[in-house]
Amino acid sequence: MDALAHAVPWLGKRHPRAAGWLVIVLALAAPLIAAYFGRSWVRILDFALLYMLLALGLNLVVGFAGLLDLGYIAFYAVGAYTWAFLASPHFGVHLPFWLVLPLGAGFAALAGIILGTPVLRLRGDYLAIVTLGFGEIVRIFLNNLNHPVNITNGPQGINALDSLSLFGWDLAGTLRLGDFKVHSLYLYYYVFLLCVAGSIVFIRRLQISRIGRAWAAMRDDELAAKAIGINVRNMKLLAFALGATFGGVAGGLFGAFQGFVSPESFSLMESIAVLTMVVFGGMGNIVGAVVGALILTALPELLRYLALPVQEALFHRVVLDPEVLRMLLLSLAMIFMMLWRPGGLIPARARYARPELLGGETR
Amino acid sequence: MISLLEARGIGKRFGGLTALDDVSLTINRGEVYGLIGPNGAGKTTFFNVLTGAYTPDAGEFVFNGSALPTGQPHRVVAAGIARTFQNIRLFGKMTALENVMAGHHIRTRAGVWGILSQNRRTREEERLTTERAFALLAYVGIARFADTLCTKLSYGDQRRLEIARALAAEPQLLALDEPAAGMNATETGHLKTLIEQIRHDGVTVLLIEHDVKLVMGLCDRVAVLDFGRKIAEDVPAVVQQDPAVISAYLGGGGDAH
Amino acid sequence: METLLQQIVNGLVVGSVYALVALGYTMVYGILGLINFAHGEVLMVGALTALQTVLLLMEVAPGLPPLLMLAVAVGVAVPVCMALGYLMERLAYRRLRGAPRLAPLITAIGLSFLLQTLAMIVWGRNYHTFPALISTEPLEPVAGVFVTPVQIAIVVISALLMAALVLLVNRSRLGRAMRATAENPRVAALMGVDANAIIALTFIIGAGLAAVAGVMFASNYGIAHYAMGFMPGLKAFTAAVLGGIGNLAGAMLGGIVLGLVEAIGAGYIEELSFGLLNSSYQDIFAFVILGVVLIFRPTGLLGERVSDRA
Repeated sequence: MDALAHAVPWLGKRHPRAAGWLVIVLALAAPLIAAYFGRSWVRILDFALLYMLLALGLNLVVGFAGLLDLGYIAFYAVGAYTWAFLASPHFGVHLPFWLVLPLGAGFAALAGIILGTPVLRLRGDYLAIVTLGFGEIVRIFLNNLNHPVNITNGPQGINALDSLSLFGWDLAGTLRLGDFKVHSLYLYYYVFLLCVAGSIVFIRRLQISRIGRAWAAMRDDELAAKAIGINVRNMKLLAFALGATFGGVAGGLFGAFQGFVSPESFSLMESIAVLTMVVFGGMGNIVGAVVGALILTALPELLRYLALPVQEALFHRVVLDPEVLRMLLLSLAMIFMMLWRPGGLIPARARYARPELLGGETR
Repeated sequence: MISLLEARGIGKRFGGLTALDDVSLTINRGEVYGLIGPNGAGKTTFFNVLTGAYTPDAGEFVFNGSALPTGQPHRVVAAGIARTFQNIRLFGKMTALENVMAGHHIRTRAGVWGILSQNRRTREEERLTTERAFALLAYVGIARFADTLCTKLSYGDQRRLEIARALAAEPQLLALDEPAAGMNATETGHLKTLIEQIRHDGVTVLLIEHDVKLVMGLCDRVAVLDFGRKIAEDVPAVVQQDPAVISAYLGGGGDAH
Repeated sequence: METLLQQIVNGLVVGSVYALVALGYTMVYGILGLINFAHGEVLMVGALTALQTVLLLMEVAPGLPPLLMLAVAVGVAVPVCMALGYLMERLAYRRLRGAPRLAPLITAIGLSFLLQTLAMIVWGRNYHTFPALISTEPLEPVAGVFVTPVQIAIVVISALLMAALVLLVNRSRLGRAMRATAENPRVAALMGVDANAIIALTFIIGAGLAAVAGVMFASNYGIAHYAMGFMPGLKAFTAAVLGGIGNLAGAMLGGIVLGLVEAIGAGYIEELSFGLLNSSYQDIFAFVILGVVLIFRPTGLLGERVSDRA
């Protein structure tokens, strides 16, 4: 939390407490502010939170453990399709969220271990390409497993997924508090916000622990990490599995929120987009992942609203459509960050210990 | 004297090259044991085989009365052998304190659930790890740099930090790979004091060193390797007079500094 | 039997294109230890530049003989791609030598997507028909196998280019400088080799080969579009790894082997998997081969260069 507060420009360094409250208030009020500009912005905020979950999970793998995973979106797909299989009319199964979400996370973690076991001894750049291949294989299967038995419904995807229903309270509906009606987009926002906040707490705990230090150690120098007794293989697998778990949870939430899944949502471009968020914010840096996801989800949408009318006015037609703008932005962000600001937007030294535990008398 | 580590007929080949040939030696508990030899004699290979970086082609190590696992560095550390590197290898993105805390990894137990829930045991373990790491920094004399990024430390202090990190694994045998390399006379003097202190505190030391003066002044016993074979093993004064050793250093073209 | 022969021929054709592209990966990797992820996009830029040139020529000088048109198109595409290869090295990768190990690869991924996006802006999202300047009509079948003139041209030209490259690397002063730089850039620099120039040249040569490969690819399938470089790029990388990355002969062998495995595999996958899989799974072969080779024999088929870059 204090790290997030420190990231607040100007205020962060001088009044960390005030900045902390500001972050909390902004996070809580964001959908209301966004609603002023139109309901679609609330939806964009919801997606930003999902991307935060993904970026936090990928940051665990790439930033903490130093394993470049280019197939990360496959775990998102596992989570989303688990939801589609177990909570939709597709197979006629409608299990409750508290069963499906953990199952999706578990399957994703399992997929992480299955992928990780053979490939984790590969060198960094080879690992990247092999994980990319894994992501593509998953997508190819999703696209084609409608034959000979229809499992995934192929490129059409699966429709009418159950929405998130918290103990009989369906988030897809409208919440009535007396005369006051709360649209489902807001409900999802606060549920996702809770997930992101919980994830930040968990990941922060992991970072400042023997496991976080072991990851950082093997990322910085694998040979030395082995020499101080770290079981590098297990630690890599753990990073892969935990990172995948976040992807799986995010995927399940995505399925419930969107009500529809298709292989198109899990293309390589999405893996790259999440990676760009991590790189943009600052690898190995929790705040970086959050801010990177927020900016790189919102900015293309902002551009969409700004750039399209400008283009209409200038050229009387749309030269750069929103999808192109997004790709342009993401690829440029990735290149510029690597070349000019490799520490990311918020270069902060990650902490792996709490020296304050020592207390006054030892120092 | 009780033996702590026994190497029995260790052999290691790389392709056609025999790096270690039937090397047997015994290190006694509580001593500083020196391993010297000309360049390319197989000292570092012996180190790497001992600490599990390489798997030996022949022979075995007996440590504390039981066979030492080979080819698995983390199990070697768990058994009680920690090492440093000839070219210092610290974890560059961590502070001095965090480096030493990472070194304590093998002696801690907390798992994912404990860490996520921050239960009492995990918090207590974390506190002990922090305290112990700080105490070790103080022990090697760099406590004031606890919160400094390790790459910002001076060369000599980085060496000390690496030793502290190895000690954090609570080894019975501390294996130092040319700890005096690149040090000036004053720094070497401080290092000698530190190693003597470590031995005094009950940790056995295996020392690979080029600095013959340091070895002769510090070691209780010395083994000499040449072309992968052990050609001598005795107290420094005797080894120094050994004709085979003298000819290895002079004839082999190696320099003894 | 005839299908098998036919698949072998198809595999050889595609394999020689992979081989040309793989050479670019392997040369850059041999010298810099960098996977130039954006190399596949050079192939795409080559194909689309050639297409643009041909379309222009058809308007300006419709009477030109097709072969001449193709020659001019290649003559434009190759220098354009060489310039692109040079720019990538000069503006991006050169600044990243000695950077943390993941930085160059992440940059390369960014470049790959940037090039795709730019191509999408210039040429749109649509598939373009690439005119059949060399006939794609099959000749009289030999032993039941159909071969098209363009396929023959692809195999012959690939073979000639590869032979030229091997001569260049093994026989010329320049080649010696390249090999020396690959062996040890610092020592090579001490011996008077301008390492920067050699590295730039490696990118330029690789890009030139990829440009030709792009034109071949587009001619063979009759289409070109902004994303056409990605898969062949990945497959060519697989070919380079399969042959032993850093090894020229390995890249060629790897390309051919991969082309054959893919073509034959696609022909038989349905039978082999008892009808579970079909040829839409064709792309999986490359990834599976890549994974298996990297895990079990990271030095590849011919590899002697074992890189210890972590």
